[in-house]
Amino acid sequence: MLTLGIETATERVSVALGDHDGVLGSIDITRGRRHAETLTPAIEFLCRQADVKIDEVAVVAVDVGPGLFTGMRVGIAAAKAIALALHVPMIAMSSLDLLAYPLRRTDQLIASVIDARKGEVFYAFYRQNELGIQRVLDPTVGSIDDLISDLLGRGQETLCVGDGAVRYRDEIVAGFATDFAGSSYSFPSASALVELAHLKALKEDWVEPHQIEAMYLRQPDAEINWSTRNSGAGR
Amino acid sequence: MSAFTPNNFVVNESTVILAIETSCDETAASIVMGGNDILSSVVSTQIDLHAQYGGVVPEIAGRAHLDLLNPVIAQAISEAGINESRIDAVAATHGPGLIGALLIGVSAAKALAFTWDVPYIGVNHLEAHLYAGLLEDPTLELPLVVLLVSGGHTMLIEMRGHGEYKLLGRTIDDAAGEAFDKVARFLDLGYPGGPAIDAIARTGNAQAIDFPRGMLHDGLDFSFSGLKTSVVNYVRKNPNVNTADVAASFQWAVVDVLLNKARKAAEAVGAKGLVLGGGVAANSLLREKFTEMCAADGRRGLLPSRAMCTDNAAMIGSAAWYRLRSDGPTALDSGGFPNLRLPLIDSSWSR
Ligand SMILES: [Zn+2]
Repeated sequence: MLTLGIETATERVSVALGDHDGVLGSIDITRGRRHAETLTPAIEFLCRQADVKIDEVAVVAVDVGPGLFTGMRVGIAAAKAIALALHVPMIAMSSLDLLAYPLRRTDQLIASVIDARKGEVFYAFYRQNELGIQRVLDPTVGSIDDLISDLLGRGQETLCVGDGAVRYRDEIVAGFATDFAGSSYSFPSASALVELAHLKALKEDWVEPHQIEAMYLRQPDAEINWSTRNSGAGR
Repeated sequence: MSAFTPNNFVVNESTVILAIETSCDETAASIVMGGNDILSSVVSTQIDLHAQYGGVVPEIAGRAHLDLLNPVIAQAISEAGINESRIDAVAATHGPGLIGALLIGVSAAKALAFTWDVPYIGVNHLEAHLYAGLLEDPTLELPLVVLLVSGGHTMLIEMRGHGEYKLLGRTIDDAAGEAFDKVARFLDLGYPGGPAIDAIARTGNAQAIDFPRGMLHDGLDFSFSGLKTSVVNYVRKNPNVNTADVAASFQWAVVDVLLNKARKAAEAVGAKGLVLGGGVAANSLLREKFTEMCAADGRRGLLPSRAMCTDNAAMIGSAAWYRLRSDGPTALDSGGFPNLRLPLIDSSWSR
């Protein structure tokens, strides 16, 4: 069962193809042009190089956030469109889960931390169990102080991962002694996405494209845009 | 009529385009064949989501587009009564508009085009508004003058041929639709301002207050911010004035200037016809006076249906067909262009 994974919740654009043999190929681009420009050519390149025709894809997996709103919507919109065109189901995964998954062998508490800008972070906590890892704190948004007080509340040896952990490393360490994962783990990846999605796909634990919802965790800023409106009076 | 694009893709009367529009607060999809034949046109408006804020909130628009786009596309395909395999190209508005909103339509369109292995076409929303008039009457003879009036734009454009536009006049400050929204807000008439003023003005006297006509005798450019200010000043000085009279007089001042300049523009370039487009073209006084003026002048006037004046994807599909024929597909590494302008013959437009 061939799975296409699309991930654009952070600065990275990441796409991967996977099946029961694991990840067949992946592309991660963390700098350069923006998500909307890069994503479709990346999928096209990956399919060509992995010798896969897009209509062989049986399920489309997507990172639904939390993350940077505009960027993550680019990936979700593209993923939903591909699933619509192929008439295949979809699997949604959280960016924070994808960050924790590659670190599943640690017996420390894993804190996935994504930069939410405006001095806040999106975060969730995970622990190893007999099946792999399990989430012990659901995705949340808060200040660095909120994160530190949640870490202090657990009082466990911790491994922090994610671009939010990198950005606020000094602040976190000042409030709570913790380890940090290497920089190659800083962004969620579509490889982790297709691996995790494959496990769900085997159980047919999937949804229709229209049921996919982004995980925002934040209310929209109600700031009116007057200057770029192009519809207007008398619609 | 058929042409080969740079990719050897044949564009002809049976070319079927799926078009997507997500530049502002309508999520729309349409199936258009051969540039003019609308097989379906679905528009899902978000007005209610933005109404409580009195304007379009970009983040709310982005969220709604993402949720609405798939069902709207599916409905457009199903209402067209075609099989998806008949779709020869996928188009989306790539500018101007709200960047976060544009990127949803662009990303979906490129993904669909890639998956179906058909061309992608990024469409200029303003150019599409020009095509909205032609869509309903392809027999119109060029050159045409188009009065494009919306919440973001107020322009007089000479259309000499497909893709050949000359800017004759534009607003130097507020767009006409923006003036409607701001005045409606000031008068507590609700949002969106255009329909609100249109409705209450019917019970008012348009001659009651003589509001200024900005730049009436100064070329073909427009100015509406002075008018908005004088409405505010007038109401503050005359707090007991009948709101319907204020709305009617304001509306008449806007329509009077728009039509005067449109007539001057048509005369200046010897236009065979005059076309109205953009969201404000749904205003009932503007429609009525436009028809009267064209009849009085013996000039062909084209008044697109209200549905075609406001944002829709059928006009995107029409403009896409002409662009595909002349320029070929847009590259899949193309993005969104929030400040995109209309491509003009002379580049003297410096704003
Ligand atoms: Zn428009």
